[in-house]
Amino acid sequence: MATSTIPAPLAPPGAIPLGMRRVRIELKQFFRDRQSAVFNFLLPVLLLVIFGSVFGNQSLAPGSDITFAQYFVAGMIASGVLYTSFQNLAIAIPLERDDGTLKRIQGTPMPKLSYFVGKIGLVFVAYVAQVTLLILVGKLFYKLVLPSGAQWFTFLWASVLGLIACTLLGIAFSVVPKNGKGAPAIVSPIVLVLQFTSGVFFVFAQLPDWMQTFASFFPLKWLTQAMRSVFLPDAAQALEVAGSWELGRCAAVLAVWCVAGLALSLLFFRWNRRGEG
Amino acid sequence: MASWGTFIRNTGVVGGVVSTGWWRRRAIGRSLRFPVSGVQGGGMTTTRSAAASASAAVNPLVVAAPDGADLAVRVRGLRKTYGETHAVDGVDLDVVRGEVLALLGPNGAGKTTTTEILEGYRHRDEGDVDVLGVDPAHGDAMWRSRIGIVLQTASDLGDLTVEESVAHFAGYYPRPRDVGEVIESVGLAEKRTTRGANLSGGQRRRLDVALGIIGRPELLFLDEPTTGFDPEARREFWVLIRELQAQGTTIMLTTHYLEEAEVLADRVAVIARGRVIACDVPERLGGRDESIATVSWREGDAVRSVRTQEPTTTVGELAIRLGGEIPGLAIARPSLEDIYLSLIGHDTKDI
Repeated sequence: MATSTIPAPLAPPGAIPLGMRRVRIELKQFFRDRQSAVFNFLLPVLLLVIFGSVFGNQSLAPGSDITFAQYFVAGMIASGVLYTSFQNLAIAIPLERDDGTLKRIQGTPMPKLSYFVGKIGLVFVAYVAQVTLLILVGKLFYKLVLPSGAQWFTFLWASVLGLIACTLLGIAFSVVPKNGKGAPAIVSPIVLVLQFTSGVFFVFAQLPDWMQTFASFFPLKWLTQAMRSVFLPDAAQALEVAGSWELGRCAAVLAVWCVAGLALSLLFFRWNRRGEG
Repeated sequence: MASWGTFIRNTGVVGGVVSTGWWRRRAIGRSLRFPVSGVQGGGMTTTRSAAASASAAVNPLVVAAPDGADLAVRVRGLRKTYGETHAVDGVDLDVVRGEVLALLGPNGAGKTTTTEILEGYRHRDEGDVDVLGVDPAHGDAMWRSRIGIVLQTASDLGDLTVEESVAHFAGYYPRPRDVGEVIESVGLAEKRTTRGANLSGGQRRRLDVALGIIGRPELLFLDEPTTGFDPEARREFWVLIRELQAQGTTIMLTTHYLEEAEVLADRVAVIARGRVIACDVPERLGGRDESIATVSWREGDAVRSVRTQEPTTTVGELAIRLGGEIPGLAIARPSLEDIYLSLIGHDTKDI
């Protein structure tokens, strides 16, 4: 009989070991794909070089010895969180829904959790690599002062909370673009608007009130503020709207976005294209 | 009731295989056979009517698997509706373990919906579905590791080499095949280090097949696997399917190539308007064996032909009249394609 040649089935490998395999394959694909490597990874570095070269030596405020380049590096590192997690996933997942990646892996015994483990690993590694590059460029060319003591701790929790929130939001937002081709046109304007209003490209305190209020609802504003506390001297607090870094508030808003991101992705994430399934 | 094994032995279409049952006949008893239309023997009338009467209550053209057959797939009364459209409207289907079943049907007939319900991608509205003893709506990882799926269109994995892709997917399964052997068997050995994006359409398809079989599936779903293949590649693919079948893999194949169905399939099921309208061995599908035969011969300079339900009698009469050997004698039955088109055409007239 045909069946006698097939031994009893063994259990397939577990979710975490397979998640680690997914991390490796995701990284390979991320860095080999020119679009994702340039768009999500090199763009922030390029922007830092351009803005740093044009406005770098300008003083942040009259009489202050903090340059705009230092202010901008902090903003770009916060943006790096947004690029490598939210923008990356909100564009890549619709593409994977279109090209058959998601359908193919659904047809295998790989647990669905492993897919997300792979994405989280990818985001984490891409972020660490990007931040290293940004800090290196900032240190070499734009007088960036490396954080010390407690600042490292702030850097750590701000990065982790920001990555968790924006990764989950990216996974949830991946259902918004109708297809992979149209995803960048929807996702990158959102990232740009947040950057403009959250104090990445301009000094936040100098923005109109309504813009400040708008940005306060989103995580990037708080992430940027926390990163400024890491990369700028304490005296720069005077330039903040509240006159202080408000670190407790930053952490609280980011934590709320983590919870919201989890809820949204659990509610809305879809494996299939619209109209399928 | 008479089994298909009896039918196969009686017809003598297939040489040398009797003891292993009808569903093993192609894998074991034969090398690759290429269909030549016409010239098929008679003598199947009795088994045909016996088999037909057994399932006459449903549809005389649909022949169920023999009682007690070991089924890989069993579908009864499957329905799936999208809005007002009855995509699948009462499909009954059996796939016996070890057989190759070809699913034919026009686009939009419900083939893909049916297949995707069996694969666990879609949920059904009604009906009983059993795939390897499990309801696909509740298939777990263990179940998934026993099936292989080759989907119709995929353009993923463009940035990975063939070897990287196959090796990666091998890691998902508890008992994968050897990566090198699988790449070799689908004919991609020379493209081992080529990235997916740089493969031709046919090579890309073979990569899909490699990923479908890497987990050593008991049941393999192939959705139009040879689209974009050149004739040589298609024949190599057929050999691969035979080898898989010989290793005990049950295969459910969707195709638009009638020739492919005839060469590969133990049985062919035709789906139209969301139902299986005919299901039988290719030689008998839709009453192919009983349909009118065309007897043609040469008489003087002219080629003459007669359409008859009793070709043997016609030939006997000719032999007597012409005194011995009949010049240019040929007896043609309708090809699988003729039968398929008439089944589909007949069905669409009802709408």
